[in-house]
Amino acid sequence: MSVLPYLVAGWIFLIGCYGLATSRNLIHAVGCLAVCQASTYVLLLAVGYRDGGTAPVFSDLRPGARPVVDPVVQALTLTDVVVGATVTALLLALVVQVGKRHGTVNPDELSELRG
Amino acid sequence: MRPMNDVLIVLALALVAAAATAAVLARDPVRQSTVLALLGLALALLFAILQAPDVALSQLAVGSVLTPLMLLLSVRKVRRKGRADGRADDREQETGSAGEGERR
Amino acid sequence: MSRRIRTWVLLLGGLGVAVLLFAASLDLPEFGGDRHPYGARAVEAALARHTANVVAAVNFDQRAFDTLGEESILFCAALGTVVLLRQTRDEHRVRPEPARVDPPVRRYALVALPVTLLIGLYVVAHGQLSPGGGFQGGVVVATALHLLYIAVDYRALERIRPVGLYATADAAGEAAYLLLGAAGLVAGTAYLANFLPYGTFGTLASGGVVPLLNASVGVEVASGVVVLLASFLDQAVEIEDATEHTASGPARHPTLPPPSEEKPT
Repeated sequence: MSVLPYLVAGWIFLIGCYGLATSRNLIHAVGCLAVCQASTYVLLLAVGYRDGGTAPVFSDLRPGARPVVDPVVQALTLTDVVVGATVTALLLALVVQVGKRHGTVNPDELSELRG
Repeated sequence: MRPMNDVLIVLALALVAAAATAAVLARDPVRQSTVLALLGLALALLFAILQAPDVALSQLAVGSVLTPLMLLLSVRKVRRKGRADGRADDREQETGSAGEGERR
Repeated sequence: MSRRIRTWVLLLGGLGVAVLLFAASLDLPEFGGDRHPYGARAVEAALARHTANVVAAVNFDQRAFDTLGEESILFCAALGTVVLLRQTRDEHRVRPEPARVDPPVRRYALVALPVTLLIGLYVVAHGQLSPGGGFQGGVVVATALHLLYIAVDYRALERIRPVGLYATADAAGEAAYLLLGAAGLVAGTAYLANFLPYGTFGTLASGGVVPLLNASVGVEVASGVVVLLASFLDQAVEIEDATEHTASGPARHPTLPPPSEEKPT
């Protein structure tokens, strides 16, 4: 149990990389990159988890009444989720441009075009 | 309470790993975006179980709505362009994507 | 490089990374462990500054400078997308036809729209008190507006979504964050320091600059996402290039379902 979440994060990262490398469609590749991003969220939150801990929100919790999970990694993950989505948007915009210029989004066909 | 929580975490982790694998193996980007939406839901569930409601909320909004939507819109644009260049095989896929869009 | 060799290289690299990751995970702090030195200090600092949601305190107070960086990435990514997906000279806009929407869909979407919008605004406003904040609420607000596309059609969406206005709001959100940081310098402390009175714990005005920075991020994320989706929707729905129109324009309509069924949401 103690390393399972880290292994799952590693698996998500590796399978995402596999998809990225073997993709036949740049849009699909961007989707695989989103999968890779998800692995970092799982890893960070797993590091911050504490058995029996509760969410670090004290609006209805007396400070010190219960242990809380680590808020720092949550803050990192939270901004990463939203910013990652906009970066995905930028990549998709690039893919749309590639599609417009070359009429295909298959990386193999694209490298043939260049060579 | 404690073992119950552990079981939940293991189940959510398994769900996330399965959804991630499925998202990579779905080679058609339209199908992939649906699976990615499921992955977003699974991640939100896992984050909620890991006591991170802030992150779960943000993952729910971004992972299951925004990212799949942008993927679908890019697919639509690229296929439309491809069809204009006379790629007949894309027409069939386009109607497929429209059906997918309807379902979501 | 042939595909066979490429697959082997990928496999080898993946195996190496897998071994390294496994070795690293054995050395990471144990899952569910009790020792979180940073977390404990962050909680203490947040409570000292009267911010109930510690995650918001970390984002907008203790690590506000880091959030400035994140926000700038968001801003630049939105800017880059708008530039990449702008209408070029050889493209023209096709006004989308008014679409027929099934009454149940329309009713549901029209009810869901204000509710979702309200939830989004609530999530932004209560960022320092309860789970939520500018990042999450901003995305909810932005996607809520797009329910109008489902309820009515693309023209209606365009009417409530003047892209120029949202682009300006995006920049204004980023500028507000920068200026609030500079206000710390004027007040005699450091850049992005929490210089305002901390207020009463558990009220909307608690946390000093946290609610203000949170609101500016909310404005930026909401308008940024609206602008992003607008550029993608314009490309997918309206903008066509010359070849596309002559090649498939007139013949397109019989082969495709009516626009109301094509919506990708």
